[in-house]
Amino acid sequence: MRHIISLLMANEAGALSRVSGLFSARGYNIESLTVAPTEDATLSRMTIVTRGSDEVIEQINKQLNKLVDVVSVMDLSDGDHIERELMLVKVHAEGADREELKRMSDIFRGNVIDVSDKTYTIELTGAGSKLDSFLQAIDRKLILETVRTGASGIGRGLRILKI
Amino acid sequence: MELTGAEITIRCLQEEGVEYVFGYPGGAVLFIYDELFKQEAVKHVLVRHEQAAVHAADGYARSTEKVGVALVTSGPGVTNAVTGIATAYMDSIPMVVISGQVPTSFIGEDAFQEVDAVGITRPCVKHNFLVKDVKDLASTLKKAFYLAKSGRPGPVLVDIPKDVSNHKTAFEYPSTVNIRSYHPQVTGDANLIKQAAQMLLEAKRPMVYAGGGVILSDAAKQLTELVRLIDAPCTNTLMGLGGYPASDKQSVGMLGMHGTYEANMGMQNCDVLFAVGARFDDRVIGNVAHFNSVPRKIIHLDIDPASISKRVKVDVPLVGDVANVLTDLIKVLKSSKQKPEARKDWWKQIDEWRSANSLSYKNSIELIKPQFVIETLHKITHGDAFITSDVGQHQMWAAQYYKFDKPRRWINSGGLGTMGFGLPAAMGVQLAHPGETVACVTGEGSIQMNIQELSTCKQFNLPIKVIALNNRYLGMVRQWQEFFHGNRYSQSYMDALPDFVKLAEAYGHVGILVEKPSDVEGALKEAFARKDELVFLDFRTDSTENVYPMVPGGKGLSEVILAEDL
Repeated sequence: MRHIISLLMANEAGALSRVSGLFSARGYNIESLTVAPTEDATLSRMTIVTRGSDEVIEQINKQLNKLVDVVSVMDLSDGDHIERELMLVKVHAEGADREELKRMSDIFRGNVIDVSDKTYTIELTGAGSKLDSFLQAIDRKLILETVRTGASGIGRGLRILKI
Repeated sequence: MELTGAEITIRCLQEEGVEYVFGYPGGAVLFIYDELFKQEAVKHVLVRHEQAAVHAADGYARSTEKVGVALVTSGPGVTNAVTGIATAYMDSIPMVVISGQVPTSFIGEDAFQEVDAVGITRPCVKHNFLVKDVKDLASTLKKAFYLAKSGRPGPVLVDIPKDVSNHKTAFEYPSTVNIRSYHPQVTGDANLIKQAAQMLLEAKRPMVYAGGGVILSDAAKQLTELVRLIDAPCTNTLMGLGGYPASDKQSVGMLGMHGTYEANMGMQNCDVLFAVGARFDDRVIGNVAHFNSVPRKIIHLDIDPASISKRVKVDVPLVGDVANVLTDLIKVLKSSKQKPEARKDWWKQIDEWRSANSLSYKNSIELIKPQFVIETLHKITHGDAFITSDVGQHQMWAAQYYKFDKPRRWINSGGLGTMGFGLPAAMGVQLAHPGETVACVTGEGSIQMNIQELSTCKQFNLPIKVIALNNRYLGMVRQWQEFFHGNRYSQSYMDALPDFVKLAEAYGHVGILVEKPSDVEGALKEAFARKDELVFLDFRTDSTENVYPMVPGGKGLSEVILAEDL
């Protein structure tokens, strides 16, 4: 099953490689991983999307907690949460496609953030599945380039990950 | 007053009460070696290879309750140390390794003797640090010692660039350490302890399975009290030998791949299994599916939550320090009005398995049987020696036939299985316990992996007794080839062996060749009578002897091969 694991860790050199090294050393799968500093400059927050049986996910949580640099870990999939990912798609936009791509972007609540005579760059945010749907909805031949951030996640309401 | 990084390093070691540093100098650690030279409190033991420095620090730590310390230079100094660090990591041994690094301005430029020490060691340390600023040095070393010995112990590496060891700053050794992301759980959950107590009292066929955690936590006393209180058989893992006295009637010996029949059958047939500081590894429980195929309740006590339900699902998880939780559990058991179930039938069953006499072997008057050497070693040393071992058949025979009654007497590389561990580990043990009897049980294969340390032993007058069970084969490899590879002894024959007696003599020690069973006892007596000398005993043992019982890899604990089956 797909899980979104959020964690806070010391914002120190090498902390990221401790986490990614743990996943490769123990054969856990990483679908995506994002990391950036938080409002507290000594802490980084990481969101990892992974897949595994309940036993594997339990081990991932425990092994992450065991890393000295990791302050706290939460499996967002254990409760209500919001997941967002940012995607930039550069598409070939000429002639009739120009109108159609703008229409599709609007339907998916995207923004065209760069325009050239031959291309659009569309910005989209949402859960990963929504971004997948957009890519399926437009003509595949028109896609020149895509870049995705991987999922970031946060608990709903008072479900808070802090020290 | 401001001190250099090198001075600070030595001051920190003094503050930590470090008695010995095992190391080897080189360019990146010259400032540190210069400061070592100027003082006497911290003694340096010069090894002949960095791997041995780490194993010696490891042996020192295993035989005491202290943190072992090794000091190596950058580049090859660190890479040579990696096997030692991984060995300590797999067995959770408290250790601080200080490595030199090229100057900070050179890092990343492929400088002479530069390796990414922190990167290379990351998967085999509890934690590691690269100290980029001398101002962080004292607090980092404080953290390193704290991390190494607290919680589930392990090796910690501190990488110090050469310029940092020469820069100056004010020195103050922190009295306390607080790492906000690190709070090992020491005390057990009271409710779960009550549940565990109830389960143990009501069990009809309880079994205690005790591992290295008992030794690391210094909990042998509590374990012994508990086992007697609940009237259960107790088995020890390879790492846990000595945690419960092997000569006690409730001991069923070692379990696992080469465990006794009664221990493995007990594991498979008990109704409540209490795992104490052990981790259900593959050499211990064999095939997981087979292990899980019988119903039993499992209570698992371990300081590392990640060890619990890692390979085997448990019913009652007890996270905490072994000694601490056992003490609480004993209190609950003693205050309970309920008495343990009558266990007469269970003991009858255990004794029946015991009567299979799975460790029996046929002695010979022509060929020296390795088991006989270990039994005689036990007799001559009154079961009271510190025994280190290398890895292979000799290690299993030492574990099976030297009945350890006390903790911290059996020093071996259990998790990583590192050949070359025994001799350097014995150096650390002997330095920690001058005047005590220290023997290294080894084979002609393993001993050659760190034989250069005979030179260190001479320099520091370490009267270790090397018990080499020389069967002219990499015996465990040969045994597997005999059982599973059609007797094709691919590369397992040790050809062109040196004359170990002459070799020992060349290093300034005593060497004794033993070729007849009737000479075994006399040779051992003579060796141990030489209290101040290292004696290398070259026992020419039966080259075809195998280790029994054996649970083949991938099989279940009750699918055992006994010597008489063949």
